[in-house]
Amino acid sequence: MKNFFFILTKEMKSYFNSPVAFVVATIFSVLAGYQFYVIFAKFSQLSFEAQTNPAVASQFGALNVTEMVIRPFFNVVSTVMLIMLPMLTMRVFAEEWKAGTMELLLTFPVRDEEAIMGKFAGCMGIFTLMLLLSFPSVALVGYYGDPEWEVVITGYMGLFLMGGAFVSMGLFMSSLTENQVIAAALSFAALLILFMLGYTSGLVGENLGKVLEYVSITFHFQKFAKGVIDTSDIIYYILFTALFLFLSMRSVESKRWRG
Amino acid sequence: MIEVEHLTKKYGDARGINDVSFSVAKGDILGFLGPNGAGKTTTMRILTCFMPATSGVARVAGYDVFEDSLNVRKRIGYLPETVPLYTDMQVPVYLRFVAGLKDIPYRKINSRVADIMERVGLTHMAHKYIGELSKGYRQRVGLAQALINDPEVLILDEPTIGLDPKQIIEIRSLIKGLSGERTIILSSHILPEVSAICKQIVIIDEGKIKAMDTPENLTAQLRSSDKVRVRCSGSKEEVVKAFRGLDGVKSVDSGNDAGAYTVEFSGAQENRSSQVARAVLESRWDLYELTPVKMSLEDIFIKIVTEEGV
Repeated sequence: MKNFFFILTKEMKSYFNSPVAFVVATIFSVLAGYQFYVIFAKFSQLSFEAQTNPAVASQFGALNVTEMVIRPFFNVVSTVMLIMLPMLTMRVFAEEWKAGTMELLLTFPVRDEEAIMGKFAGCMGIFTLMLLLSFPSVALVGYYGDPEWEVVITGYMGLFLMGGAFVSMGLFMSSLTENQVIAAALSFAALLILFMLGYTSGLVGENLGKVLEYVSITFHFQKFAKGVIDTSDIIYYILFTALFLFLSMRSVESKRWRG
Repeated sequence: MIEVEHLTKKYGDARGINDVSFSVAKGDILGFLGPNGAGKTTTMRILTCFMPATSGVARVAGYDVFEDSLNVRKRIGYLPETVPLYTDMQVPVYLRFVAGLKDIPYRKINSRVADIMERVGLTHMAHKYIGELSKGYRQRVGLAQALINDPEVLILDEPTIGLDPKQIIEIRSLIKGLSGERTIILSSHILPEVSAICKQIVIIDEGKIKAMDTPENLTAQLRSSDKVRVRCSGSKEEVVKAFRGLDGVKSVDSGNDAGAYTVEFSGAQENRSSQVARAVLESRWDLYELTPVKMSLEDIFIKIVTEEGV
């Protein structure tokens, strides 16, 4: 357990020693913030129109800030995560394999699982900081409007769980290669496919569609964004994360055997 | 302290090492000698628990490197050949990280790091990032991380490679200063280094152990011929004739220098020089120089790795 914390701290620190954390977090905030501006501005425009034009008002019903700002914003954040998290995770193992520091780390009295969980937790720490940076946008909605805070809470919970899944996939891809670009490309591709599966579910018939929907990494987020906590969604993300952390461990082990 | 029995490691079809056995007693320094790609690093990686062997057993301090890997890893310090370090960390930060992982109690970490930095001569580099350090200082950081938990066994892979001569001497004396309580294995392809530091030498080539002994014994054992260099007065023909008449002489080379000869005897014996001296004096020539030519470790090494069945 002690080793886990040493590695966790070291990982978090190394994100700030190199400018990776700053660059990734800044881009994340800019992309999410810009999208937030678009969503929020459109909503306020609609609200104005609805005051004078009954046609608009009847088209959108009661204009609901949670439904029309908070939920789309969370979806935007999840897309930005899809792009930015592979860039956060790509270095974790690939850099160490390339520099040879992994060899030294594995000869320290550290269990493989402590090393991997430490690295995972380090990435999750940085990711949590990134998520916190998106909160001012939500707070702004709270200042000017009256969103349902329950939805905000479940939304962040969903984003956090989904982030864990993204990070574990990224770690696994990074453990496979010495090349950071390959690691990022592979994890982006894998996540994108899992992301898109939800969209194709309508095209392939009912039963297969259900399966695809269930496998899709975004489908399970939708209920969180609506304010619903479904254990099956929580379990999906936890199992997903556990599976790829386990595979990372196997992959590290296999690299050791092959030398 | 270290026992290795019939260790074999295969990389796919290629063999890393094949049936390697040796042992090192507590407090000894063992030198691993071999050309590049001979299997030195492979053996060390198995001993440090980085890599499991295909077959065979290796034990460090009584613990099996595969079954009891954590216990082994607590007792070793390892310096890999490339000295892999986190370049974006400052020297003391890195050493504190390693100290923590190597089970040094939290309260003692800072004093321990300060001690070790002083010992390897890094104190004035405390504010630097590892990436800014020169090769020699990185090597010291590498040694410092290996030594930080005061390990019983030190495994150093090519510890002086890529250093300038002054640094080589410093690192060597540092390593020599570490022996005594500690058991050290170091690898090298530089012969004088191994003969200067090590009590025991293992010569390894193409994954197999070719010879294993003390530097002195290796020299003595493998000496298939003795040479004596002589300078004396007297006419060339007579001198050569006199030397040819000696017991066990294989050849006499009169060389390029006037009055200088190299007498080669077959078989190893101690009193070759006196035989030559007597021959010169009996003929009443003047003796200017008499040097027994020892076979260097270099010759032995070349001989072992190039000839089969020495």
